[in-house]
Amino acid sequence: MKKQLEELVHKYKPLFEKGGKLEKFYFIYEAHETLFFQPKEVTKPRGGHIRDAVDMKRMMITVIAALVPCLLFGMWNVGDQHYMYMTQQALVEEFGLGVVPGLMDKVLFGAIQVVPIIAVSYIVGLGIEFTFATVRRHPINEGFLVTGLLLPMVCPSTIPLWQVAVATIFAVVLGKEVFGGTGMNIMNPALTARAFLFFAYPAQISGDKVWVDVDPTLVVDGFSGATILGDAANGVALKGSFMDMFFGFIPGCIGETSTLMCLVGAAILIGSGVGSWRTMLSMLLGGLAMAFVVENVGSEFFGAENFFYHIVAGGFAFGAVFMATDPVSAAQTNNGKYIYGFLAGVLAILIRVINPAYPEGVMLAILLMNVLAPLVDYFVVSANKKRRLKRATV
Amino acid sequence: MSEFIKLRKGLDLNIKGKAEAIVEEGSLSETYAVKPTDFIGYHKPKLLVKAGDKVKAGTPLYFDKSQPEISFCSPVSGEVKEIVRGDKRKLLSIVVLADPTITYEEYPKHNVSDISNMSGDDIKAHMMKSGVWPHLIQRPYAVMADPKDSPKAIFVSGFDTNPLAPDYSVLLAGQGENFKTGIAVLKKLTSGKVHLNLDGNGEVPSIFSAVKDIQINKFSGPHPAGNVGVQIHHLDPINKGEIAWTVNPVGVAQIGKLFLEGKYDASKVVALTGSEVKAPKYYKTISGASLVPFLNNNLKSEDVRVISGSVLSGEKIDKDGHIGFYTNNLSVIPEGNYHRFFGSFVPTADRHSFSRAIGLMSFLDKFKFKNQKEYDVDTNVNGEYRAFVQTGVFEQVVPMDIYPVYLLKAILAEDYDEMEALGIFEVAEEDFALCEYVDVSKHDVQAIVRQGIELMQNS
Repeated sequence: MKKQLEELVHKYKPLFEKGGKLEKFYFIYEAHETLFFQPKEVTKPRGGHIRDAVDMKRMMITVIAALVPCLLFGMWNVGDQHYMYMTQQALVEEFGLGVVPGLMDKVLFGAIQVVPIIAVSYIVGLGIEFTFATVRRHPINEGFLVTGLLLPMVCPSTIPLWQVAVATIFAVVLGKEVFGGTGMNIMNPALTARAFLFFAYPAQISGDKVWVDVDPTLVVDGFSGATILGDAANGVALKGSFMDMFFGFIPGCIGETSTLMCLVGAAILIGSGVGSWRTMLSMLLGGLAMAFVVENVGSEFFGAENFFYHIVAGGFAFGAVFMATDPVSAAQTNNGKYIYGFLAGVLAILIRVINPAYPEGVMLAILLMNVLAPLVDYFVVSANKKRRLKRATV
Repeated sequence: MSEFIKLRKGLDLNIKGKAEAIVEEGSLSETYAVKPTDFIGYHKPKLLVKAGDKVKAGTPLYFDKSQPEISFCSPVSGEVKEIVRGDKRKLLSIVVLADPTITYEEYPKHNVSDISNMSGDDIKAHMMKSGVWPHLIQRPYAVMADPKDSPKAIFVSGFDTNPLAPDYSVLLAGQGENFKTGIAVLKKLTSGKVHLNLDGNGEVPSIFSAVKDIQINKFSGPHPAGNVGVQIHHLDPINKGEIAWTVNPVGVAQIGKLFLEGKYDASKVVALTGSEVKAPKYYKTISGASLVPFLNNNLKSEDVRVISGSVLSGEKIDKDGHIGFYTNNLSVIPEGNYHRFFGSFVPTADRHSFSRAIGLMSFLDKFKFKNQKEYDVDTNVNGEYRAFVQTGVFEQVVPMDIYPVYLLKAILAEDYDEMEALGIFEVAEEDFALCEYVDVSKHDVQAIVRQGIELMQNS
């Protein structure tokens, strides 16, 4: 089987190689070939003759694996939220008397909402990646496999698919390719795209209509579909306990609600060494510190009673684990990561509590710190240069 | 005032094919070669012999136009068989057909007390004439030392932490007097200290413990703790305008022998290692020897790569090639020119990785086999070239106060001031060899480092 596949795959290789008819599309061919077969390229005659077994594909797959718990929980939660606020009558009409929606009903409902969003994101994104790879003759980077999943996970499940497509185009073209491709971008492409949606189509990604996917005519009286932070900004009583927020039984973006699942993802990222524990830890500390200050300064803000609510509400955990740790847009030095993460945490809470226009500040805080990360690194590296210079003059 | 320095960063690679501590009196090779390409940074060789000339061991074969006083000498006596040239008539090697018994050019003999009375210039002249000078390597740049310089210190690393590295107690067995004399010579070459750096984890070969009156330091930690560049960084780092020299212990012994016996004796012990060698062990041979008698009937398979030096930073040579001037170790590993089915996805515990990304289980061996598991390696790149993405990993394998990625990017940008500020003077290729190994994006890190060094040299 393996041999036949190898023969099949390599039969067409000459078509794509230099001088072949489809030479232009070599990198598209290569991307598919290397999915099945690692290249047979050997090391150069001078230098390192052996190389580590790790490669970019494996690294990116690790990130995807870390996202899976959040994604699966998110699908379930979309279904759970959908049924939670339905009137008894609506439920009876759908399921029959005395039957309550079960786990599979909820997951199924969630999957029907979420899978198309992911599919659109991947199809549109990879299409653009392939186009750029062909036109600009560079290999296709695995980075989009992660971006293409991150973007749906920070959108509400009700988002129109055309907006997902537009946002994906924005993420790849303006988030990444204009800077020179993967590894050169300044800001996290998925968050850039989310910010684009947020400002371009606020009606579909903010407010209290979009987070719970349910027909407004079928809901119980007094239903509000706002997120925890949205409610808090309007002075409405919290609709969940601390544990509800921690486990994620609350409205929000598809992947962000469960702090527990983010912790599972963090464990995978830290255990595998792919995500930076420095960034995650310092962002947590920064967030806690700022929330603690808020608790003691003003009473009218969310978290004024329990400052650690800030960590489990909204997208803080998801941002800290999956967004702030993007190695390309984060600070690159170890000391820089502490500063970068801490400031991102501080800013996230600051935006949440003092800016009434943005109940959630994590996205903007991380994007702002993405922009500032090179500056943070600059100071850290300058310190290294100064040590060297000082040594020379002593 | 000796120092004990404990290093934590780095990576010990345990791979198959370590040499057994047996020294075999290798059958003599027919031909011996001097390869100008061994001497990095010197590109203008001028021949002193032609094919058919008779030479003795220690007869100069060529010199480099940039340093005409330094002779590159024949390691054996015999007849110059061939001058091998490559593209654009680049001189690749001078091949000598060896006599059955070696006769030597006669140089003056000295004993240890003589040496202390000699002037530094006399010692230099003696070394330059007789073929041992190229053992002196200069930092910065890791190129052959310039006799006009006076180094601030001289460093000798007495252990090698590379994978499959030879053991100096085997390489230098019976060379105690030569080594001691060599150290005495080095002391005359610097106004500063001579440092001998030893392994803080293992046993110290008796040959080193017998040496007195120099600074003995100990280093413990994983590879690259044995790299002389890393040691200099921690003992007496090189600042702009400063120069230090380094010598390999085998070179020290050859220098000592020249002074004691008055001849250029290029004989040395070389470890033949690697998973594709039937019986990995040590061989007594002479610098420049043809590999044919060592590899004949001694390889497990045909499609192999012979590496002069370590698998992390050596140079590929032909199976009928010749042992290099600085080589103490030959590694033979399989070529990896095959496609690995789902190579990026299948879980494996058999392929070594510094990373713990999903499916790479070799990190568990630390607990399961107490680091005793030996890995099979081959020359496959194990992935594709990508832009720098992952951060913080190079730092884990470079035990120096240097930001490797920033330095590499400064080199690629040809930014001289930045290179200097970030520490280009303190590094050589081998110090970044582990970065190249662990790199997810599969950059040729060592080639970039050499490119940076050449930029600085020519600036």
